[in-house]
Amino acid sequence: MMARWRGGQGNWWAAFVRLAPTLWLAAFFLLPFLIIVKISLSQTAIAQPPYTPTFDLAAGLAGLRAFLAALSLESYRILGSDFLYLASYLKSLQVAAVSSVILLIIGYPIAYGMARLHPRWQPIALVLVILPFWTSFLIRIYAWINILQREGLFNTALAALGLVDTPVAWLSSDTAVYIGIVYSYLPFMVLPLYATLEKTDATLLEAAADLGCPRWRAFWLVTVPLSAPGVAAGVLLCFIPIFGEFVIPDLLGDSRSVMIGQTLWTEFFANKDWPAASAVAVVLVGILLLPIVLHQRAQARADKD
Amino acid sequence: MRRGFAPWADAGARALLRLQGVSKRYGDIVAVDALDLDIFEGEFFALLGPSGCGKTTLLRLLAGFETPAQGSILLAGEDIAAVPPYRRPVNMMFQTYALFPHLSVAGNIAFGLRQERLGRAAIEARVAEMLALVQLEGLGARKPHQLSGGQRQRVALARALAKRPRVLLLDEPLAALDKKLRAQTQFELVNLQARLGTTFVIVTHDQEEAMTMAHRIGVMDRGRLMQVAEPSELYEQPNSRWVAGFIGEVNLIEGRVAALEPGIAVVAALGGHFRVGATAGVGPGDSVCIAVRPEKVRVANAPAAAPTDNCLAGSVVDIGYLGGMSSYQVRVADGFLVRAAIANATRRTTPPIGWDTQVCLTFAPQDAVLLTR
Repeated sequence: MMARWRGGQGNWWAAFVRLAPTLWLAAFFLLPFLIIVKISLSQTAIAQPPYTPTFDLAAGLAGLRAFLAALSLESYRILGSDFLYLASYLKSLQVAAVSSVILLIIGYPIAYGMARLHPRWQPIALVLVILPFWTSFLIRIYAWINILQREGLFNTALAALGLVDTPVAWLSSDTAVYIGIVYSYLPFMVLPLYATLEKTDATLLEAAADLGCPRWRAFWLVTVPLSAPGVAAGVLLCFIPIFGEFVIPDLLGDSRSVMIGQTLWTEFFANKDWPAASAVAVVLVGILLLPIVLHQRAQARADKD
Repeated sequence: MRRGFAPWADAGARALLRLQGVSKRYGDIVAVDALDLDIFEGEFFALLGPSGCGKTTLLRLLAGFETPAQGSILLAGEDIAAVPPYRRPVNMMFQTYALFPHLSVAGNIAFGLRQERLGRAAIEARVAEMLALVQLEGLGARKPHQLSGGQRQRVALARALAKRPRVLLLDEPLAALDKKLRAQTQFELVNLQARLGTTFVIVTHDQEEAMTMAHRIGVMDRGRLMQVAEPSELYEQPNSRWVAGFIGEVNLIEGRVAALEPGIAVVAALGGHFRVGATAGVGPGDSVCIAVRPEKVRVANAPAAAPTDNCLAGSVVDIGYLGGMSSYQVRVADGFLVRAAIANATRRTTPPIGWDTQVCLTFAPQDAVLLTR
């Protein structure tokens, strides 16, 4: 049985299992990405689809040559010439960076507290962290509009406490965007941090205490460095999707200062400029590959030690 | 082992570490029960006992990871029971070593020194000294996971010794090593302790390990110290049935004192009479136990040579061949099984005395111990 399993269909199965992630990525990431790259090299046209050239198999080799000749880097030139795009990228970078730092500052104590709970309570804390996911993301963002509007819960509470005389305009501001993003992404920061902190060997903290370290210093010298992989995972998991975030800044933010996701949406749906939108997307992917590559490098170095 | 080192026998000697009435409970479980113990400067002391006897809790009380419910722990006359671990001049070597995985070997050894705010040069010098002490020169830049188990054990030892503790606590320090390395490391630890003169307190469940290494052994059971004595005394002069049974192998024969002669108690047991060296305070009619080690029982085809020797008649039911010696099980009166060990002093492949042979087991009065507890 064993021998046949290994020698016969087993080989096919093993090869499939090994290749499955690659096939998945090729089919659902690489292929669509190549299509986007192709569109970014095209020109807008009032047609269906709204760009030229389109690849025509029937035209044969000559058709292929004509197709290649029609491709151009025009969209990328526009990207460089109009300051709007750079401003959007910088805005995204700023929002993603600031949000990630805030998320880390809020998420670390939560994850640390969870990891130190009695093992009996940890699953309950975990469920509480994940619980918001059971409500639609959009509904939760609309709820924030409700809370933050002029006569909303937040202003009412501030007024009741006597902190403000006139209602504050929270909506359509960066503050509202940060509130929405930090609220939405907190589980993505807390979960990887918790997974790392929960594995920390308590004996190491005893060893630190034994060697003359009070508890707070042991936290900085032992717990924090050992949680570095969790910090990296949490920051990546938040930074990358926040960079391309569209819904939260669109609903809560100021329309005069837009993130790259909003610019991309405008190009596609308002301007119907698919090539420009595709160029924006390709550059976005390029930018986001950078932190991933850096993380991979750091990890490879850590493994080699 | 240093000859003539026995401060515990000197009534004027002051203990370095003195535990008085120390108790520790976890809920309903009493882990350490009103325990008194003196440990002396320069001593290699072993805490030995079955798992769950409280020996690890006792070590953790000394390290400061636990605080006693009652009692005091005096270190050089000062009560440290409430002092947190990071302010005790005591260091611990952990069973799992607990090396910091993110620090190099040198970083691990320097960790405690950095907490003392020593200068950079002083720390480097001390780290180099410790690396040399445990023969790990040149490995200071390695990370713990790049070392073998034996090397990790040495780093843990060096780290715990780097701060020159008054007392070094070792929690099963050899448990994670394979058997051959363990035997070698035992001797290295003993030599190191003798050279440094640091007081060592080791916890172990391995009696051979405790016997080879320690000056004195404290045998624990259910949170209490059953006996504190030098290894040879513990083996040859156990103070109770429990200690006799826990340390090595023993035949425990229950009986009653029939008569007392000068220095000798005559005990009625197994339908006969046995002459055993008397323990102080034993009187006629007391129920006692004769403890005799297997290697002190002789197996012979003929009755005892000396008329004062004790004799038990029976038949051989089992022979275990162990190479250097053979272990005999002999069924005597009332179906009682007595174990005897015979050294295989000559080369032969068949046992000198075979199965089902009628034999006479003899032991001299001074080779047995009379136990009352």
